[in-house]
Amino acid sequence: MTGSYAGYAQDTVPHPVAAAVTKDTAAARTLRGVTIFSDRTNSVTPVQSLSGEALQKMNSLSVADAVRFFSGVQLKDYGGVGGLKTLNVRSMGTNHVGVFYDGIQLGNAQNGTVDLGRFSLDNMEQIDLYNAQKGVVLQPAKGFASASSIYLQSRKPTFKEGESMHGKVGFKTGSFGLINPSVRVEQKLNDRISAVVSSEWTHADGRYKFRYTNGTYDTTAVRENADIDAWRVEGGLYGVLRDSSTWQAKAYYYNSDRGLPGPVVSNKFYNGQRQWDRNFFFQTSYSKKIGTRYSMLLNAKYMRDYVRYLDTSMITVNGAFINRFKQNEYYISSANQYKITSFWDVGLSADFQVNNMTAVNLDHFAIPTRYTTLAALATQVHLGRVDIQGNMLTTIVNETARAYTAGKDYYAYTPTILASWQPFASPDLRVRAFYKNIFRMPTFNDMYYTTVGNTNLKPEYTKQYDAGFSYTHNGNGFLQFFSLQADGYYSHVKNKIVAAPGKLFRWQMQNLGSVEIYGVDAGVQLSPRLIKTVQTDFSVKYTYQKALDMTNPAEANYKDQIAYAPVHSGSFIGHASWNKWEVNYSFIYVGERYFLGVNIPEYYMQPWYTSDLSLSTSFIFNKKLTRLTGEVNNVFNQHYDVVISYPMPGRYYRVTATINL
Amino acid sequence: MTRTFNIYLVVLVALAIFAGACRKGPQIVPPVETPVADPDSLTNGFYLLNEGNMGMNLATLDYFDRSTGTYKRNIYSEVNPGATKEMGDVGNDIQIYGGKLYAVINMSDKVEVMDVHSARRIGQISIRNCRYITFYKGKAYVSSYAAAQGDTNTGEGFIAEVDTATLQVLRKVEVGRQPEEMAIVGDRMYVANSGGYSPPNYDRTVSVVDMNTFTEAKRIDVAINLHRMKADQYGDIYVTSRGDYYDIPSKLYVIDTKQDIVKDSFDLGASNLCIKGDSAYIYSVEWSYITSSNTVSYAIVNVKNENIVTNNFITDGSEKQIAVPYGMAIDPASGDIYVTDAKDYLLPGTLYCFDKTGKKKWSVTTGDIPAHFAFIPR
Repeated sequence: MTGSYAGYAQDTVPHPVAAAVTKDTAAARTLRGVTIFSDRTNSVTPVQSLSGEALQKMNSLSVADAVRFFSGVQLKDYGGVGGLKTLNVRSMGTNHVGVFYDGIQLGNAQNGTVDLGRFSLDNMEQIDLYNAQKGVVLQPAKGFASASSIYLQSRKPTFKEGESMHGKVGFKTGSFGLINPSVRVEQKLNDRISAVVSSEWTHADGRYKFRYTNGTYDTTAVRENADIDAWRVEGGLYGVLRDSSTWQAKAYYYNSDRGLPGPVVSNKFYNGQRQWDRNFFFQTSYSKKIGTRYSMLLNAKYMRDYVRYLDTSMITVNGAFINRFKQNEYYISSANQYKITSFWDVGLSADFQVNNMTAVNLDHFAIPTRYTTLAALATQVHLGRVDIQGNMLTTIVNETARAYTAGKDYYAYTPTILASWQPFASPDLRVRAFYKNIFRMPTFNDMYYTTVGNTNLKPEYTKQYDAGFSYTHNGNGFLQFFSLQADGYYSHVKNKIVAAPGKLFRWQMQNLGSVEIYGVDAGVQLSPRLIKTVQTDFSVKYTYQKALDMTNPAEANYKDQIAYAPVHSGSFIGHASWNKWEVNYSFIYVGERYFLGVNIPEYYMQPWYTSDLSLSTSFIFNKKLTRLTGEVNNVFNQHYDVVISYPMPGRYYRVTATINL
Repeated sequence: MTRTFNIYLVVLVALAIFAGACRKGPQIVPPVETPVADPDSLTNGFYLLNEGNMGMNLATLDYFDRSTGTYKRNIYSEVNPGATKEMGDVGNDIQIYGGKLYAVINMSDKVEVMDVHSARRIGQISIRNCRYITFYKGKAYVSSYAAAQGDTNTGEGFIAEVDTATLQVLRKVEVGRQPEEMAIVGDRMYVANSGGYSPPNYDRTVSVVDMNTFTEAKRIDVAINLHRMKADQYGDIYVTSRGDYYDIPSKLYVIDTKQDIVKDSFDLGASNLCIKGDSAYIYSVEWSYITSSNTVSYAIVNVKNENIVTNNFITDGSEKQIAVPYGMAIDPASGDIYVTDAKDYLLPGTLYCFDKTGKKKWSVTTGDIPAHFAFIPR
């Protein structure tokens, strides 16, 4: 049973395959109960996945909540429904994580980060986190260009025999004044084209209690100005042409209005800043196989992003302080793969991207435009049980500015080598290793932001070495599924650009220098059949990580753990389904950290650990599959900060109802 | 036996790991004491206010106990464990008046008022976006960036008059935009206006406030983005302009308060300013976007003759150890020179003590962004 949807999760072709191919077994699966895990046994690089099945069962609202359960990651979370949530993999920094939505990277040239809190799980089919990169040859050059990548795969339309339209409506509510209705409609337009429209509205007052104490004072207050009102709508067309090539087109729009609650400091628990976002993109891809040897994948995207920031506590000569930022991104990509022999593939990918940005009310802003050209030559060799992939990526960055000084042009060649070996006849066990050298460019904020930007910033380089293994076994007896993964790694970050938090996107930029990171990511997932009628799944993940500042031997932070990196962290998920009932328990642990780079008591932050519980039931109501879920999150009401002075919610509740139409 | 022992060991180790993994009870971070100098029971010590990074609630108070020669880092939390969320966010000024110690905590919208000898909290003065404090005839005067007239005007700031006994704001006078330091000559207060919220449209005036009527009498046009301000003993006021960080450099101006005119200026990129007797000590850190680097100098201006005496008052070469000078004070008794190094703003800073000839005596680790001094009078 596991295999059935592990199968569709395992598309080694990095583009969404066409609608018509997959059969709808979703309803059946929900009722029958299967393991929530999906495996990718033949991945060359370390990968962690959460399937739609698992996502549905976890106590998560957004992608950000879900990715916390991966090992080797830290989620920087400013708290609440509307708080910024960004992902950092193996302490190399958020900017080194490529986030791909349906195969194409989500970019933000202004700050280089993607707020994962804005991507609802409602519409997700699969989330995969790859260290190094997705281990395939046929992918856009950008797929080779990040130190690690997270792939968000939205749900594709699927139809039963003879069915041409169906949909799903959902409603979530709970603490923080959350109101979150969603709707999804899938329509088969003809034999070759199907369409999907998905939309949701998220509204929350964002109020929650938080508590700070030092043992003598003990203050409980309510988080204010953390409200959010966000609307997402996206539509996609999925098609198969006569020559069996496939295409996809997608439009996405996100609009939000939120309060920025700011840090909670002595005598000031309230901040009045607000932010408005409008993000639109259109992306399309086309995939074709010519003969048995040649495959191609074409991608194109246009993105427009608008941010308005208001601070009523700063009164300028023109009234309250307002910033407006506008960004455009244009992107085209061509990826090609040619099978020279049965065991040898080569690939060539070329991407071209233009990013520009304007800002209103930002003194001395340069109005930059960045042209990025990426070309990747990749190859893959299967020699018996050994798989080797290698690629050389060429990056050329040209920058111009309409006013003031532009950053310097830059080019670099960066290699990656991935290898995996299957030591035994059974494919269950694989040993793997990789080396990757890659960099990230300074963002527009790093370079041009008034009084903090620095056009002389150098790109930030990472070198990664990783060795590990994965063992995955599907069975029919007591253990339905078992997987064990462990990787040891060493990474070196050079010319690290560090942002000291001021206000939201106001930072002090500096090349911190050098960080050495070594650690172990390990995970066990198993689905034992403890009782015949009860399906259970367990996942345990653990991360050990030392991320040491190696910049200056004379300085107090030399060889100290860098800010916000815990040495120990981990997660546990336990899930059981019986008949039409399911219960899920999840636990996250993040060990002690320091909010600045010197490991002294003044900068110490307590470990935090939260337990989340949920109970769901599915039933047929009026011939419609209906599902109800109740959640209690942070059951033990622990008060903690992920980011210093940004309190996280204590215990909170959520109720979800969905009806398949 | 061995087996039982092993099981116990495993349980013990597991417990230890679990205990280590759990949260400690809430704790107060104790001060760190470092001996730096020989005990001197004849002179009083001083307080040093560390600004702390914005948003981190990391303003801390250090105390140099001269009677034991000990530097005590981070004393506030231990002395005042009941103060909610400790001292606050971004310490911007510290002064002593009468028996009280006043620390202006900018992003916490308050002036923290403490006992001068124990640093025990007495109360607070609530003033939004407060910047600097000065005193005149038994009252405290606090400058504030906050708009005096609400949200409808063009953002003129104000000076609040505070009763030092009740800690209540008595009156406010509107001055220029985003006022910084103040200086009092005779019965008039001079206020440096920055206009820092509206670059490149900075304010370029000094407000003159008549202290008898507590009204703004006039404004003197000086230069953009004014910041530091000190009066000398000859009726002149020294005021610094930060420049625009791009094309207009930082400069030092002299105002003649008899005529209220700018009578002199120096091409010194002045970041901080202290006057003792006839010597104005000035250091400058100037960031140039053209060269993308900082230029640092340490100058003394003779305020009587109005000429530059030296461009480097640190004479033993130890200024090379200082990455970013951020605070400065001259010991009123000995004439020792104190300079702080804020480093990259993310590391604990360093306080350097030089004798009056500019030779290093000692240095010590401080809190985050060490910046402002208050010497306890004898």
